[in-house]
Amino acid sequence: MPIDKFTVLESSYVPLPIENVDTDQIIPARFLKATSREGFGENLFRDWRFAADGSENKDFVLNNPKYSGQILVAGKNFGSGSSREHAAWAVHDYGFKVVVSSFFADIFRNNALNNGVLPVVVSPEFLSKVFAAVEADNSQKLVVDLEEQSISLNGEKEEFEINPYKKNCLLNGFDDIDYLLDKKENIEEFEK
Amino acid sequence: MEPKTLFDKVWDAHVVEKIEGGPSVLYIDKHLIHEVTSPQAFAGLESRGLKVFRPEKTVATPDHNIPTVNQHLKIEDELSRNQIETLTANCKKNDITLYGLNHPKNGIVHVVGPELGHTQPGMTMVCGDSHTSTHGAFGAVAFGIGTSEVEMVLATQCILQPKPKRMRITIDGELQKGVTAKDLTLYVIAQLGTGGATGYFVEYAGSAVRNLTMEGRMTVCNMSIEMGARGGMIAPDETTFEYVKGREFAPKGEDWDKAVAKWKELKTDDGAVFDKEYTYKAEDIEPMLTYGTNPGMGTGISGNIPRAEEVEASELPTFKKSLEYMGFGLGDKLLGKKVDYVFVGSCTNGRIEDLRMLASLVKGKKKADSVTAWIVPGSKQVEKQAQEEGLVEVLEEAGFELRQPGCSACLAMNDDKIPAGKYSVSTSNRNFEGRQGPGSRTLLASPLTAAAAAVTGVITDPRELF
Repeated sequence: MPIDKFTVLESSYVPLPIENVDTDQIIPARFLKATSREGFGENLFRDWRFAADGSENKDFVLNNPKYSGQILVAGKNFGSGSSREHAAWAVHDYGFKVVVSSFFADIFRNNALNNGVLPVVVSPEFLSKVFAAVEADNSQKLVVDLEEQSISLNGEKEEFEINPYKKNCLLNGFDDIDYLLDKKENIEEFEK
Repeated sequence: MEPKTLFDKVWDAHVVEKIEGGPSVLYIDKHLIHEVTSPQAFAGLESRGLKVFRPEKTVATPDHNIPTVNQHLKIEDELSRNQIETLTANCKKNDITLYGLNHPKNGIVHVVGPELGHTQPGMTMVCGDSHTSTHGAFGAVAFGIGTSEVEMVLATQCILQPKPKRMRITIDGELQKGVTAKDLTLYVIAQLGTGGATGYFVEYAGSAVRNLTMEGRMTVCNMSIEMGARGGMIAPDETTFEYVKGREFAPKGEDWDKAVAKWKELKTDDGAVFDKEYTYKAEDIEPMLTYGTNPGMGTGISGNIPRAEEVEASELPTFKKSLEYMGFGLGDKLLGKKVDYVFVGSCTNGRIEDLRMLASLVKGKKKADSVTAWIVPGSKQVEKQAQEEGLVEVLEEAGFELRQPGCSACLAMNDDKIPAGKYSVSTSNRNFEGRQGPGSRTLLASPLTAAAAAVTGVITDPRELF
């Protein structure tokens, strides 16, 4: 799957100040029965968003009309648990292009990158400021600049890390399979 | 030559090339697939007009989504049936070995791999499942991957992967009676926390680890992901070779001798450096139980849930939210709490030794009437062996019945769901909110602790029942 190109995103954001958000919260297992990649956004955070009878849980941030945007900001250790890429698909399908946290689980981070969703790791201090700012003003925006590897809140800038290979993939919309297919000869040589 | 860790030896031997400042192209020896995380990968392959590059290096078994009763009948749930039929079709089309539903070798992917000898020391192994770390018990570099990565392996037998850092966890000493591999791993995870090993590949070492059986080692490596580790591994030794020898896909004859000679070199050299090291004493570990909604929230069974002042202030809101979900209070004792369900099974504790442990404790006792128990063998072969060893008889006499193999209530994708609000003592690997069914409350434990809960109906120290 070719991925969306990512350069700069300026957007309001949705705060989810909960730690250790695991993949079973992002997309519960009972919604993994599909054989295509589409439609998982509907069930993103299903059991937090909806009550058992299917009604909306008004207290949950995604149901709060005050908050919107293409950036999700979550507490530390986002995406722990299962390797299900459905979690990244759900985040992407819902419309998020960036997830900001002070810490990500490894597999989720890889899966996000493979789907054009940029995980941005910020310091715990910066994360607190981001949460506080949106609480004070829900139209608050964040600016994420991949080329310069920076995230800014009201002009306060923090740099984030991403490996140069993945950065290049996102900037250009390349995916790993294209890269690997180009290496077929080397792989065959390695097998000998 | 510079001393190397076990992990470096296996990883480095599989690097086709390294991208400057980026990941490595890592060659994969064995790729395991199941019905839930593979269909989109095959579809992706097809849309690119590609065929599976090395079909003989991929093995398939449906497990996540299969029923654990009446497996001979048509699967009622249409979506589940479709996933399983899709796996069957994809395997057939691409010449991939499939242990389909009702096949005598079907079972949970991480139980089937080792028991058939697909899993061998020194291999690189991946699967679209985070508990692929299980296979590290054999000295393999094994880890879970996403579906895009499954597609990469199908297309090129390689994956692009940044090299994790190295961590060694040493547990010396002797485990007390009634303390199992599961307690050892829950203890370590409680110490490190659910993200404590994120970014690392763990080697488990020390006499307590060395003395574990292969089943026990698999339980320990299986849970590595629950502290965030990319994987966990244990250097192969005589225990490993003994287990692998004679299995269907293990090397035979002269090849076996050659393989063992090579496998004996798979250990961390003296003086090799780890990025992080932890050391624990086996004697400090008692039967463990989790009380919260991540596997790091665990305590010795005689202990209590931390009080507010024992929790880091910044973590207290999340901690309280978790206890609220569980219906527990700060400072609560765990012993004596009521149990509604007991689940023994999963890729963590669904092997023959786990069923032996369960049977040894319930023998001559009766299951509490208030408890619903689901005993789910990890594979058809485990099921068969349990019958042959007379374990099924012992369990039935005590009021338990065996279901058919599958992932079952570990992730509750099929109908095996713990009802909302009910407490389940489970030998599986995750106690996340809703993991065993919407609203379910999971307490992770060993098969012995699960057995003790099943016969008493409350949280009970299994050591009191021997």
